Amino acid sequence: MATPLPPRAPRDLGKPVSIVIMTLFLIFLFVPIYWLVIMSLKSNTEILTSVALWPKDLTFKNFATIFGDSTWYMGYVNSLIYVVMNTVISVTVALPAAYAFSRYSFVGDKHLFFWLLTNRMAPPAVFALPFFQLYSSIGLFDTHIAVALAHCLFNIPLAVWILEGFMRGVPREIDETAYIDGYSFGGFFLKIFLPLIASGIGVAAFFCFMFSWVDLLLSRTLTSVNVKTIGVAMTRTSSATGFDYGLLAAAGVLTIIPGALVIYFVRNYIAKGFALGRV
Amino acid sequence: MAKITLSNLAHSYISTPSQESHFALKEMNHVWQDGGAYALLGASGCGKTTLLNVISGLIRPSQGRVLFGERDVTNAPTAERNIAQVFQFPVVYDTMTVRENLAFPLRNRGMDAAYIAARVDKIAQMIGMEANLARKARGLTADAKQKISLGRGMVREDVNAILFDEPLTVIDPHMKWELRTQLKQLHRQFGHTMIYVTHDQTEALTCADKVVVMHEGRVVQMGTPQDLFERPEHTFVGYFIGSPGMNLMPARIEGNVAHVAGARVALSGFYGALQGQVQIGIRPEFVSLGDGRTGGLPARIRRIEDVGRHRILRAETPAGEISAILSETAPPLAGMTHLTFDPARISVFADDWRQSPSGSAVGKAA
Amino acid sequence: MEKTVNQKAWFLVLPVFLLVAFSAVIPLMTVVNYSVQDTFGDNAFFWAGLEWFEEMLSSDRLWSALGRQVIFSATILVIEVPLGIIIALNMPKKGGWSSFCLVMIALPLLIPWNVVGTIWQLFSRMDIGLLGSALLAMGVEVNPGKDPVAAWVLVVVMDVWHWTSLVALLCYAGLQSIPQAYYQAARIDQASRWSVFRYIELPKMGGVLLIAILLRFMDSFMIYTEPFVLTGGGPGSATTFLSIDLVKMAVGQFDLGPAAAFSIMYFLVILLVCWVFYTVMTTLDKQEER
Repeated sequence: MATPLPPRAPRDLGKPVSIVIMTLFLIFLFVPIYWLVIMSLKSNTEILTSVALWPKDLTFKNFATIFGDSTWYMGYVNSLIYVVMNTVISVTVALPAAYAFSRYSFVGDKHLFFWLLTNRMAPPAVFALPFFQLYSSIGLFDTHIAVALAHCLFNIPLAVWILEGFMRGVPREIDETAYIDGYSFGGFFLKIFLPLIASGIGVAAFFCFMFSWVDLLLSRTLTSVNVKTIGVAMTRTSSATGFDYGLLAAAGVLTIIPGALVIYFVRNYIAKGFALGRV
Repeated sequence: MAKITLSNLAHSYISTPSQESHFALKEMNHVWQDGGAYALLGASGCGKTTLLNVISGLIRPSQGRVLFGERDVTNAPTAERNIAQVFQFPVVYDTMTVRENLAFPLRNRGMDAAYIAARVDKIAQMIGMEANLARKARGLTADAKQKISLGRGMVREDVNAILFDEPLTVIDPHMKWELRTQLKQLHRQFGHTMIYVTHDQTEALTCADKVVVMHEGRVVQMGTPQDLFERPEHTFVGYFIGSPGMNLMPARIEGNVAHVAGARVALSGFYGALQGQVQIGIRPEFVSLGDGRTGGLPARIRRIEDVGRHRILRAETPAGEISAILSETAPPLAGMTHLTFDPARISVFADDWRQSPSGSAVGKAA
Repeated sequence: MEKTVNQKAWFLVLPVFLLVAFSAVIPLMTVVNYSVQDTFGDNAFFWAGLEWFEEMLSSDRLWSALGRQVIFSATILVIEVPLGIIIALNMPKKGGWSSFCLVMIALPLLIPWNVVGTIWQLFSRMDIGLLGSALLAMGVEVNPGKDPVAAWVLVVVMDVWHWTSLVALLCYAGLQSIPQAYYQAARIDQASRWSVFRYIELPKMGGVLLIAILLRFMDSFMIYTEPFVLTGGGPGSATTFLSIDLVKMAVGQFDLGPAAAFSIMYFLVILLVCWVFYTVMTTLDKQEER
């Protein structure tokens, strides 16, 4: 019998390598964001005339403009409203559908699934005008729900897709064991199943939030007076005199914050491991 | 194969534990004999998986030592301990075939190809998978996958012990029996030390020669199934083993008589003064019905459950609900107003731990 | 896993079906409508049949935009997918650093795309941009306005910066859902780090990886705002990808007919590629299970 090879620790090896890789990547990601932040603290003249690591004349004027003008800050508030609506609707509706796709086969299931995916494939620009006509005709123009529903077009398929992938990884035996243990379907779903796919839910929710949040075109098309969105506000940064870069940068910085909060809140879901079984 | 010794072992998941309740495993000293088949039995959360993981090296204990034979392996990683572990749900490498799965541990150790092929064939035959060797592991049933897990554990000849963590949980009831039998056979054939964690007493009692019962992080008893049944060291053992479990009643002991809710119950030994909460226990198998002439506890029959081979009687007494098992030859129930207990089978517990009599029964009727 | 046949599952899927159909079918009909009509202006349309489609298919402009698009999508996939996987594997799994890293890598995704384009546009300028001036100081001239190579490199780097995190997040979530027992078994089997990746992590990540790849493919194929803001499609038409061309046609020239026809063919191309990919993947899946 050959002598056994010296044992290797499979996961702990390479920790320093991990740190180096992550540090490099994070620096790569961070530098342009840092650039954005300092741009927001500069005046336009400074931006357009010199380059520096730190603003020569630090100014909060750009942020003051945003916080002082209701069109601006209401843009954030309104956007937040329809984005949250959309995220909640999309994930809630996607959960049972994804469960059905992962556990059952039924007439037209594969075609339905692929059809859902195809809805994610069309550029929103194609739908802008038709949506405008559609929502105007049913009297939902210029409402939060209109934008939330419009975004469902591409967010629901994404949510179903992601959730199905995670649900597929949960062995069927778990469902059956739960029924043997006496759980009703609802109880099983909420108390046992959902915690197991927590990663998937966290990621799906974050992506729905993100894709809905960054969409400027549809949100602009479907709203006007009552619901001002960040898209509208963004257009005000370009005028006959050119771009107001400082203001744009400040607006950009402020759009990062809600999203950062969202991912902070779902981090535990995303990072949640798969703990199966009893102690 | 080696004897496994746990010395002053304790473990807490909290980094600075300050009270006993912080410890998932309370201090224990324990020896697992070489070649023994042990069941580690207990309720969910009692620490059995923690103990198993300490032995396999997946957890480093916060206190104490683990020895394999004479060698201290407390700080040795899992790979060095040469143990095999079968998990609760089947862990197989999905993209590999059955053959590759079984060969994997040996390939990682750099064994030579001919040797690996021979071992794989041998093990495949033992677990009954030789027909499936070329199939991808992915599409197989749960019990086939568990067999592969088992095979992967056994394919190394130098394995010290095989640890099972509730491996039959996801198996169909019909296959459970077959797998259990196979496990017993394999143990008899190869004589590995086997530690089998379960919360199912039937599994424990049928699979193992010795059963170790754990409760709240402590080993409360180790013994043969017979020992556990007849002489439980702890009320938990009494309650957990047997179906239904032992009846427990608060009592006051005076010499060889127990006073239970006003009635006098004869004991088979003399007991000294006892500290703490005193209880007596009797298994339903040793409870009989009487008409009151021979004493006993007054009882009102509430329910009778027919489970085929025998009947379970549930009665209401001043000491709480008592269960009794009635065989087919039991006398008819009419006129039965009392329950009597076989004194030789009564266990006395103080603060949940078994107490021994200080003297033997002298003369008094048993 | 084997699925049981159960037609009642349609009830679970119904809400999704209704919501998406509502948003999709009706507007789609409008687009199809436009694509087969022509107008003399004043909103008077007449039937044009497949004339627009024929014109599109024979247009050089379309084919070169398509070519550029394919190269772009291929390039970013080749970079972003492995990079995303590497990041996912190396991210800390729990603790304070894990939260910090998660938030940090999510940041590029949250910036509105026009702002992304603007950041990189200014960032890369040699006179006022941090990157541009730094490169200039090292002797490298970056002029996306004049140099097609510089424009391409910049667009690719911007996309990698913006979207790798999506791949990384999906793969990270996928990795997290691998039960600990697999890693424990690998330790017991003395598997090497590479084996762990190849036999446990990669197969288990397969599902999310497919999602990531298809998503990135689709989105890169439709990309518009970021490159438009960064280079305007230039220099010349060096970075004019399909979407940019489409919008130029529809908005600039107000040719709704060809634009709609273009849209439909665009959609069909994406559909075809995704369908192929999807079918291949699911067939492979089925074969493995036999």
